[in-house]
Amino acid sequence: MKSSLGGRINHIAAWLILAILIIPSLVALPVSITAKTYLSLPWEGVSLQHFQHLLTSPEWISSFGQSLLIAIVASALSTLLGTLAAIGLWRLSGRFIEAIRAFLLLPLMVPPIISAMAFYRWWVPLGLIDSYLGIILAHAILAIPMVVITVSAALANFDLRLEQASRSLGASLPTTLRRVILPAIRPGILAGAVFAFILSWDEIVVTLFISKFDVFTLPRRLWNGMRENTDPTVAAAAVVLICTTLVFLVGFAILSRKRGEEAA
Amino acid sequence: MARAPYKGARALNVMATRTSRFNPYWLLVAPAVLLVLALYVAPIVNVLLLSVTDPKPGLGNYVKIFESDTVANLIWRTIRLCLITTAAAVTLGYVVSYAMLHALSHVRRRMMSILLISFWISVLVRSFAWLMLLGHNGLINDLLIGLGLISEPLPLMRNELGVLIGMTEYMVPYAILPLLANMQGIDPRVTSASRSLGASSAQTFFRVFLPLTKPGIIAASLLVFISSLGFYVTPAILGGGKVQMIAEYISVQLLVTVRWGVAAMLATLMIASVLALMYVLNRFMKLSVVFGGVAR
Repeated sequence: MKSSLGGRINHIAAWLILAILIIPSLVALPVSITAKTYLSLPWEGVSLQHFQHLLTSPEWISSFGQSLLIAIVASALSTLLGTLAAIGLWRLSGRFIEAIRAFLLLPLMVPPIISAMAFYRWWVPLGLIDSYLGIILAHAILAIPMVVITVSAALANFDLRLEQASRSLGASLPTTLRRVILPAIRPGILAGAVFAFILSWDEIVVTLFISKFDVFTLPRRLWNGMRENTDPTVAAAAVVLICTTLVFLVGFAILSRKRGEEAA
Repeated sequence: MARAPYKGARALNVMATRTSRFNPYWLLVAPAVLLVLALYVAPIVNVLLLSVTDPKPGLGNYVKIFESDTVANLIWRTIRLCLITTAAAVTLGYVVSYAMLHALSHVRRRMMSILLISFWISVLVRSFAWLMLLGHNGLINDLLIGLGLISEPLPLMRNELGVLIGMTEYMVPYAILPLLANMQGIDPRVTSASRSLGASSAQTFFRVFLPLTKPGIIAASLLVFISSLGFYVTPAILGGGKVQMIAEYISVQLLVTVRWGVAAMLATLMIASVLALMYVLNRFMKLSVVFGGVAR
């Protein structure tokens, strides 16, 4: 079966498709080091001028810092709220629990353009348009489902009797949370935090609607640059965006593998 | 209540059950629920209501579906592009899932990492990459002209083809996760039995394996279709303004012509279809399985 002709063709086709999923995104890398001043492959010389421009331009640096700040705070907020909610849902029972769980997944299911409309219209009277608080709240809400999913998955493998033992031996809920539940589901929380960070770091549709001048995130500047479509600095910024995502994913993979080995 | 190990604890437990009419775990759920309710669901309902109140109360915005060719064409184009994307992404996803199912475990892990990386690379970066590849002076046209295969650049973007390429490439990982979850649940002895009873490998695939993966195919198709409906970045960049889908049209209505009513009507249609299809999807495959793969 494994070495059959059909099997081999299937295997090659699968790798081709996987290549198409990854390789196009890597095109940004050679384009970002072209010596030309327009989007092109570096046939006629390699240069780091576009990275230099990226790292010396006050606009790009400010966007980088803003994106980082927003992603860290939004990720922390959604991790806190999402983790607590997932733990609560895990211990509660009743007819409404599944409905509440689905309710908390809404920000993931609703198309981003509709979330953008809703935030835009609601943030205007609240004075949150074009403010850090407005964007952080929006990103945190969009990321809550990610955290609820990863933490719930971790809780599914957690022995309920440990919690019952802790509570029946007289530990309060905060103590049980801190000493029993949270340490056991730390990998799930970490995964949620990483995904929430990446979600905010890459978010563009909602950000386009609720930011204007004061807050101008990296994806927003990338979007503007792409619409003008000439400057290879955009390719350099895309490389930075990809690398940040990769660093977080790889770091997370290494951490969880280490944990797996410790457990084994 | 579980047996308490000694009397004191049992007394405590009895007390706990008596006083804890109110389960303290609700306090953990409350902050997230209240935040989502006040700052997410309420604003969405607020926007959807505009579809029957703006510019004047009534169903005027909904009548536009039948009266305005622009709106009807827009809806039809969105559905058509999403259907094509779904068919393409699920077919490609099936090929990859099938190979992953039969791959050695370390190869499967490698394939899974590639999927996750592609899943998490921003839609903006991926659209930008296709922009550089598919453009008039893009890498693909340059390469083909350099090889002497064509003399004029092919129109690969600023049209539906470009949008479809970008959307399909983005959606393949979404198709694979439910398909693989389904395929891994099939008992491998079923296909071995079919083979040992004399069926050819083609017969085994088409008459045994394929029918068993029907729930996976349906779940993957629904998930891809639902997620495609809201595409904004890819059509905006690869369509070059010529291939408007509902999301881009909504943004123009809000930011340029400031007509909330029509935009809210389209948003209502979109959210109703997404939630209805999500409900159907949940019947074929638990949402926790569908989304669980995403977060793994």
